[in-house]
Amino acid sequence: MIIIGASIVTLIPRVLPIMVLSRKALPEWLMRWLSYIPVAVMAALVAEELLISDGKLAFQSNNVELWAALPTFLTAIFTKSLLGTVGVGILTVMVLRFLF
Amino acid sequence: MRENVQLQGTGIELAESEDSFLQGVKDCIPTLLGYLSIGFAAGVIGHTSGLSTAEITLMSLLIYAGSAQFIVAGMIATQGSPAAIILTVFIVNLRHLLLSAALSPYFRQLTPLKNMLIGALLTDESFGVAMNKATNRQHLSERWMHGLNVTAYINWIIATLAGAYLGQWIANPEKLGLDFALSAMFIGLLVLQLVSRRKLLKDIIVVLCTVVSVIGASYVLSPSMAVIVATVVAATIGMVIEKWK
Repeated sequence: MIIIGASIVTLIPRVLPIMVLSRKALPEWLMRWLSYIPVAVMAALVAEELLISDGKLAFQSNNVELWAALPTFLTAIFTKSLLGTVGVGILTVMVLRFLF
Repeated sequence: MRENVQLQGTGIELAESEDSFLQGVKDCIPTLLGYLSIGFAAGVIGHTSGLSTAEITLMSLLIYAGSAQFIVAGMIATQGSPAAIILTVFIVNLRHLLLSAALSPYFRQLTPLKNMLIGALLTDESFGVAMNKATNRQHLSERWMHGLNVTAYINWIIATLAGAYLGQWIANPEKLGLDFALSAMFIGLLVLQLVSRRKLLKDIIVVLCTVVSVIGASYVLSPSMAVIVATVVAATIGMVIEKWK
């Protein structure tokens, strides 16, 4: 019962906008707004994962994930490879957790 | 004239191989490790909170959202009410509204029913990959998107199943750093977006606004609501900045 209910409330926000909005010509300002959604949502997810812990800013020096983000960002910028980025990220965290 | 036709012909063929189902499968590969580790973790947590393998599989088939499945498992373990669980899942996944809306201009050529199928398997990762593909394009291919989505979906189900089975023997999956796969993937998708859009200055401003908004919003809102609010605020700032110039 819970699973069915949860699946319905997950499905609706996924399908409704793409079904409704793709039928219409959207005004220019809305298109421009939508064009910033990918960058904003990815940045929000990264910041949430790295900087927030229990609803607070977690900026301690023992934040392994934050340190690991540095080589991860550099790999992404210089290789532009998603697979390489994920690989370097995981490896860095593994090494850092092993050392500290 | 004849040359012209031939040239057009090869152009279409090239576009076709790039838009094929198989290419979608290939473009999904870099995200598989992320899905595997998160799905695996979701399976382990489902197992430890007392869900059966059948229930865990049903969740992956029907809900197909990592954060939602963590929450369902966690709240069932602490005996949360069905209404509270469903409401929380709804809020956590409201972010998909923005993703689905942002994707809609690229699938204008399709019927609502076909778009429903694309939207039903939409995730943060498939959205990120699709938006990278969409840079400097008007449309995305339906087959390519299905290739991407279905690969991710199958991989997710396998990963949660593996987690449910192997959960009993894994004491500390964090030691392997697998939990960082998700953050690393979002970092990769973000950087690829920034590099390909050629609006670097405006995008950096938007990213900084997002980070500040997320931190601020986290003090008063739940993490998932903070992400939604920060996205809306930062995208609005981006829109306004672009209008000024």
